[in-house]
Amino acid sequence: MKKKAKKELLLQGNEAIVEGALRAGCRFFAGYPITPATEISEILSIKLPKVDGTFIQMEDEIASLGAVIGASLAGVKAMTATSGPGFSLMQENLGFAIIAEVPCVVVNAMRGGPSTGLPTSPSQSDVMQARWGTHGDHPAIALCPSTVRECYDLTIKAFNFSEKYRNPVIILVDEVVAHMREKIVINEEDIQIFNRVKPTAPPEWYIPYEDTPKSIPAMANFGEGYRYHVTGLIHDVRGFPTSRPDEIDPFIRRLFRKISQNYGDIHLGEFFQTDDAEVTIIAYGCVARSAKRTVLDAREKGLKVGLLKLNTLWPFMRTAVEEVLQTSRIVIVPEMNMGQVSREVKRINKSTAKVFTLNRVDGEIITPMDIMARIKEVT
Amino acid sequence: MAEVTKLIHKYLRHDKKFPHVWCPGCGIGILLGALIRAIDRMGYGKDEIVMVSGIGCTGRLPVYVDFNTLHTTHGRALTFATGVKLAKPNLKVIVIMGDGDAVAIGGNHFIHAARRNIDLTTIILNNSVYGMTGGQYSPTTPYGMKSTTTIYTNVEHSFSISELAVTAGAAFVGRGTVYHARLLDDLIEKACLKVGFSVVEVISHCHTQYGRINRLGSAVEMMEWQRDHAITIERAGQMKAEDLKDKFRIGVLIDRKLPVFQDEYEKIRRRSKGLEK
Repeated sequence: MKKKAKKELLLQGNEAIVEGALRAGCRFFAGYPITPATEISEILSIKLPKVDGTFIQMEDEIASLGAVIGASLAGVKAMTATSGPGFSLMQENLGFAIIAEVPCVVVNAMRGGPSTGLPTSPSQSDVMQARWGTHGDHPAIALCPSTVRECYDLTIKAFNFSEKYRNPVIILVDEVVAHMREKIVINEEDIQIFNRVKPTAPPEWYIPYEDTPKSIPAMANFGEGYRYHVTGLIHDVRGFPTSRPDEIDPFIRRLFRKISQNYGDIHLGEFFQTDDAEVTIIAYGCVARSAKRTVLDAREKGLKVGLLKLNTLWPFMRTAVEEVLQTSRIVIVPEMNMGQVSREVKRINKSTAKVFTLNRVDGEIITPMDIMARIKEVT
Repeated sequence: MAEVTKLIHKYLRHDKKFPHVWCPGCGIGILLGALIRAIDRMGYGKDEIVMVSGIGCTGRLPVYVDFNTLHTTHGRALTFATGVKLAKPNLKVIVIMGDGDAVAIGGNHFIHAARRNIDLTTIILNNSVYGMTGGQYSPTTPYGMKSTTTIYTNVEHSFSISELAVTAGAAFVGRGTVYHARLLDDLIEKACLKVGFSVVEVISHCHTQYGRINRLGSAVEMMEWQRDHAITIERAGQMKAEDLKDKFRIGVLIDRKLPVFQDEYEKIRRRSKGLEK
């Protein structure tokens, strides 16, 4: 029977993440129970064995990401899902996945913090942790859905990016988007899956951490004839530990370069009525939904308001943000934290646009009215 | 060519820049020898083996051998190994850890890997100290001994790694020493052939750190201590309790048949597809 090209589904954000992961080819999940990410574990524990995949509940989040990295090295696309406290624990092995260049996907359904914080009210306070949570200098890729549809699409993107760039990809979903239900239409024809590039040279010629024109070395899976060393130590092109300055520097720079060469591919977002906007809202996650409403309401009143929605939070969408900073008089960054993205926006602002924040940290969402009130306040 | 030279040529990495990181006289080299001999005897192909380690002197072992090798984060080797094994069950996964790595920072992972009975062979070199960082006390440093962080003597009580493994549910637990090299070969072979979570605790010495601070003498003298204090399980059975007071048992401590995680999970797959109740 031919597979139906179009599918209509009513899904919760977390369910859409599961569906996206399975569609992307995820066949291994290791996790530890935590709200509001639990549904991802529960559903995958049911669905993965049906497709000959593996679900395992580990003893903590450190172990979960360890197992995910192990599975990926053995050639199976793998994912874990957690929330703030668990994401803190994962930082250690996140650094390992970065330095050893192991593809994997980490979902962080954000709730209020610090520490046990606010289970389980929505928040967007892990933006900076996704960027700088693990120690050392490193690149980061973090995607942020604001609709159920984007949960599905961005999860597929997350797997694709992780396989393509050999870097862990973080999905920063907030509790609102994770738990809301929407109808989504999946069009099979639109979906593209990227699998890691394997070496084609014979094993004795294989250089596992070789610099290539794309800055991304081919990846051999364990057990396929290419025996090599994987380590969390800074290593030379053969994967062996090194402390030689002339080997360390090119390695660290390559890690950054492989991401920075590909901003065009990784940066995902939407300009919504920004062409003539005097006031532009920069928003992400559930706040982008409120912001869109604000734009529509404002336009009805004749106010020239637009929205730049960020779906990629890291690497930061500098070009898109600079564009709206150039064209707008006022930029407002509403976010459910004390100003993690607005800080970046201010940092890169070289124009005359004024950047205003709108911060909500009481566990409640930012409403269209909140944003409208802020617009009135600053204009 | 001598037998040992053949093994060196076959299993050590030619492209790895030797010398290794270990001190002259260290027991880890003896463990490496035993491992290679056992693997060679069992006839595994080099592509079939994944050697996973954590951090510390012992954690450096895999870099020198020509297998699929994975040097993970401190204490987490078993978690990575769990992922590798479940993703590709046909691979033979051997985990190498030190005492601090396995039962301090990695203690929780250790008991849970044993409880799950995942098919992993775990070899723990126990030299009673954190060697690489300069000789701090570990969970296996005996009460009353000195280290660079217990200069006024250790007031904590030590773990028995092997007994912990037995209690946590490992299918196979053996204990050897680096002095009893032949026994070590056998224990590693038995552990590798066991389907399920198998543990070999290898009593070793750190004359550079632990030996020096406690005035226990050279590597040779510390190995003589192992000879004098290790009692085979068979012999221990015939000895009085008071004679065993300052001794430890070596040999196979437990070898039991337990359901293995991968086999059980295969049943789950069948159940999820409605092929089995």
